[in-house]
Amino acid sequence: MSLEAFLVVAAALFCIGIYGLITSRNAVRVLMSVELMLNAVNLNLLAFSNFLDSGNIRGQVFATFVIAIAAAEAAVGLAIVLSIYRSRDTVDMEQFNLLRW
Amino acid sequence: MNLSEGVQVVSLVILSAMVIAAAMGVVLLPNIVYAAFLLGGVFISVAGLYLLLNADFVAAAQVLIYVGAVNVLILFAIMLVNKRQAYPEFKLSGLRNTITALVCIALFCLLTITLTSTNWAIQPATFVLTSTLVTIAKHFFYDYLLPFELASVLLLVALIGAIVLARREFIADVQKDGAIVDESLSLLEKPREQLVGTKL
Repeated sequence: MSLEAFLVVAAALFCIGIYGLITSRNAVRVLMSVELMLNAVNLNLLAFSNFLDSGNIRGQVFATFVIAIAAAEAAVGLAIVLSIYRSRDTVDMEQFNLLRW
Repeated sequence: MNLSEGVQVVSLVILSAMVIAAAMGVVLLPNIVYAAFLLGGVFISVAGLYLLLNADFVAAAQVLIYVGAVNVLILFAIMLVNKRQAYPEFKLSGLRNTITALVCIALFCLLTITLTSTNWAIQPATFVLTSTLVTIAKHFFYDYLLPFELASVLLLVALIGAIVLARREFIADVQKDGAIVDESLSLLEKPREQLVGTKL
């Protein structure tokens, strides 16, 4: 039980999230990778708040904010995916050329 | 090492292995429904890690919000976008995946080296918090009051935005025999063919 163990787990989770974010073809899986990265950040915040700031746990407050914003992000992101699917009839990331100049 | 520390170390190892394995499954499995269920496994395992970090309120919020809301939302999106399509291969996709994997592994190694070589100013846990809930509530209502209120406004904005984005402006007219008058207005996420044995 040390700080570094939690940080290594969070770093691994973050790198897996980046890999999924870049290589996924399905737009829903991209959102799932973003959720993985947000969880890694939360794990970092809580590890630091437990080991470096155990008196007044500010990291837990920030983690709660991150969870709330992640829920909002998931709702809006999935609505956008649904809207794109209706207009484009696909969820393949390679076939979206909206917002591309 | 006494008994409680041993239990903590064993739980840390098991939960970390579960987190990493399930996250690899989320990213690498070809079936996205399995990936979504494994994502729930990642969330629950991360909640276990939060409990190891003395964060009981955040662990409960993680299970409630991530597993109960976000994961269910993702599963609904997968079921609405139920298109089994083979993604067309394009040139250099294998090369791109390899380069991405190499970059991610290199980033992981860099982060690991950095955080093991840093001298963290670890506070010895001399005094025991009475309750994390009381401390978090004091933070929310004294020094983080403005972000707390802004978060509620943000949630309202996200709620309305999601409804506006996912709403249909026009709905196709359906005749009495079930035929849709204007095919261009029909929903893409239309029901699939009936399952065997269920006849309407």
